[in-house]
Amino acid sequence: MGKAPDSDDPDWGSVMHRIAEARDIDSFSAVFRHFAPRLTSFLMRSGATRAEAEEVTQDVMTVLWQKAHLFDPRRASLSTWIFAIARNRRIDRLRKERRPEPQEVLWGPEQADDHTEAMIMKQDTAHLTRALTELPEKQRKLIERAFFGDLSHSDIARETGLPLGTIKSRIRLALERLRHSMSQTTR
Amino acid sequence: MTLTHHISDEILLSYAAGALPEAFGVVVASHISLCDDCRARMTGFDALGGAILERETGQPVTDTQLGEMLTLIAHLPQDSAAARPSTRSATPKKLSQGQLPAPLCDYVGERLDSLPWRAVGGGVRQYVLPTKGTARARMLYIPAGTKIPDHGHGGMELTLVLQGSYHDADDSFGPGDIDIAGADTQHTPVAAENMPCICLTATDAPLRFRGLLPRVVQSFLRI
Ligand SMILES: [Zn+2]
Repeated sequence: MGKAPDSDDPDWGSVMHRIAEARDIDSFSAVFRHFAPRLTSFLMRSGATRAEAEEVTQDVMTVLWQKAHLFDPRRASLSTWIFAIARNRRIDRLRKERRPEPQEVLWGPEQADDHTEAMIMKQDTAHLTRALTELPEKQRKLIERAFFGDLSHSDIARETGLPLGTIKSRIRLALERLRHSMSQTTR
Repeated sequence: MTLTHHISDEILLSYAAGALPEAFGVVVASHISLCDDCRARMTGFDALGGAILERETGQPVTDTQLGEMLTLIAHLPQDSAAARPSTRSATPKKLSQGQLPAPLCDYVGERLDSLPWRAVGGGVRQYVLPTKGTARARMLYIPAGTKIPDHGHGGMELTLVLQGSYHDADDSFGPGDIDIAGADTQHTPVAAENMPCICLTATDAPLRFRGLLPRVVQSFLRI
């Protein structure tokens, strides 16, 4: 706290709050500058052409502008929230399917320490990003592939020449490592 | 309710990635609505998706792109913050009260007794959910003590028990439990003697009930 705003690690909760409450264009521009390149790249690695990826990125940023008030920094990081919107837009556009969502859970009464909860979420997110970065490259690549889209394990097997069993056990190993390093840093 | 059989990491990862067909999504979302453990793991996988997005790099936004985007939103109506839905909404439904999980209600309504079941033989009834894509989700009603029709499946099968229970050679499954069977699984579940078993099943290959109905009827019933 008391630290000057860090351009690499902005307080997205406040930024989103300004978009929701004041329709602040500067705040929206900051989110766009940070996330639009990441989203477009993510979508292209998922198999979209540049034009398609830019279109979906605009879609997602439009949803963000309209639904900014639904972002809750205690429950998810902004990158996770945006990831989920992009994922659902893709299902909608490419497969013309809908995504069944679990029923929302109850949240306890509004606490005075919302800010603390948001800070914990922010720290957890930083831990996860670091843990992902520290994974052996082969494992991280497979996890990324799993998130880039409709590729099944057998497609990955065909492309990488790795046996299906190896792919599955590598993904399992990667998840174990992530969980292990998360438990080390948070407990 | 003590749940003993959960969704595997592999399936949760596909769900988080958006790669799971809608029919399987209904089963996964329904179980998560009842299971804190799987909900917590799903949240972790969503966060992983966010972390992967955050690590991406791309060409910086040009002024033209930003201008285009700002023009786009300038003409949009904004959702009013007053319309903010409460996240403290309904109490999650409990199967013990004879209610169905919310994601399933979106497809079949709230009440089981108004469901247009169709007989598939041997007292077994089914209802196919209106999902898109080639995978199918269906509700199955199996009379007490009845063997679930011997069905070969060419792919994965994901089952959520909604009422009653069933067992196979190795295990038994009660309300809220998930049963995952692969293409190679020999699966001959039997509903418990005390009450009929109702479950929700997704399959990614056409389910073929052997020896019960002629093929033409099978295709008619979209089995
Ligand atoms: Zn579970």
